Amino acid sequence: MTQHTPLWEVFVRARRGLSHTHVGSLHAPDAELALRNARDLYTRRQEGVSIWVVPAGAITASSPDEKDAFFDPAADKVYRHPTFYEVPDGVAHL
Amino acid sequence: MYGNDFSAPDGATDEAPGGLLGEVEAAEAELRAAAARGRRGGPAPDEDLAAYFAEVVDAEQKIEPRDWMPDAYRRTLIRQIAQHAHSEIIGMQPEGNWISRAPSLKRKAILLAKVQDEAGHGLYLYAAAETLGISRDELVQLLLDGRQKYSSIFNYPTLSWADVGAIGWLVDGAAIVNQVPLCRCSYGPYARAMIRVCKEESFHQRQGYEILHTLAHGTPAQQAMAQDAVDRWWYPSLAMFGPPDGDSTHSAQSMAWKIKRFSNDDLRQRFVDMCVQQAEILGLRIPDADLRWNDERQAYDYTQPDYDELMQVISGNGPCNRERMAHRRAAHADGTWVREAAAAYAAKRAGQKETVAA
Repeated sequence: MTQHTPLWEVFVRARRGLSHTHVGSLHAPDAELALRNARDLYTRRQEGVSIWVVPAGAITASSPDEKDAFFDPAADKVYRHPTFYEVPDGVAHL
Repeated sequence: MYGNDFSAPDGATDEAPGGLLGEVEAAEAELRAAAARGRRGGPAPDEDLAAYFAEVVDAEQKIEPRDWMPDAYRRTLIRQIAQHAHSEIIGMQPEGNWISRAPSLKRKAILLAKVQDEAGHGLYLYAAAETLGISRDELVQLLLDGRQKYSSIFNYPTLSWADVGAIGWLVDGAAIVNQVPLCRCSYGPYARAMIRVCKEESFHQRQGYEILHTLAHGTPAQQAMAQDAVDRWWYPSLAMFGPPDGDSTHSAQSMAWKIKRFSNDDLRQRFVDMCVQQAEILGLRIPDADLRWNDERQAYDYTQPDYDELMQVISGNGPCNRERMAHRRAAHADGTWVREAAAAYAAKRAGQKETVAA
């Protein structure tokens, strides 16, 4: 190849009411072609009703190496879950 | 997630998934179950990374692109996924050869869709390989330079229309037997790509079987054509599973890493056992005089393919190696102007946007 063709991440909404889900990636020179290529590559069997393409370089990811520290603040807050609380017998609609 | 939500178009429900397609679904369910089980976060700051990696793999969890992994694991995966991608791309040629000569419009439309699928499979796999830190350009160049291989099967010629049927039934059938366990590979992006590939591959095998079934129940000339195709494709299909276990160089380590789940010989046996009954229904003969049921082993005894021939084909001396590579290089070169024009157009459009913004 004469020049590097940008990489795009592809997200497909399978059906109305569902969220877009990452399905894979592809190369394309611009967003419009990325969208067309994504249609041809990832929805050949009606797998989607909507597609997003995002330049791969535009995605900032947390690193798995930081996983513990990064997500630590949520680990000791069990009281954020309803199951943490004791409900006295006989209480309805709670 | 790849491969979820294949909404069958209006009411077209398949029969209860059993056999290989059922296994693909089982692998997909397993992948989701493993994800649901979760695991503790990344390795502790002072933890041995190799031990951590082994623990994740042993727990049937997936390794993801940004996880630490041994260099050899990365190299093995890049080689295997790239080789797999190249096979899909080169694999378009033998069948593409028959698109313009398909016997009916229906068969032509089906064959076009199938060849387009092969291109798609190549692209899913290239994308999976790229998550390991190698670029598409490098992968394409490795194929064009002959520094990475593709499956030996595509170096055999397609001499008649029945060959399209035999490829679907035997070659895609063997590929599915090989690939279904890869849906459970320890590397996440590869496993997910394989689930998608395997689901699509099942249509390929069935369309091939249907072609052969039609021919085998046609005129004597059509029957002879179908039999001739099976005669020529049987042993090369058996050879697709690679050298016998004793001579397989990469197997043991790949099994330990859970990239590979079954040995070459186990998969080959499974394929033979599947094909015997399918051949009976076709009314075609598998070209092996020593093929018989072994009650003790509960499996068929069969004649091994010619592994010297396999080695010859792998090292470039098959009937069509040069033709396939020449065609791929020419196609890549012929596409240069398209890639350049698309890039120039993208640059021009980006320039216009900047001007408007300013």
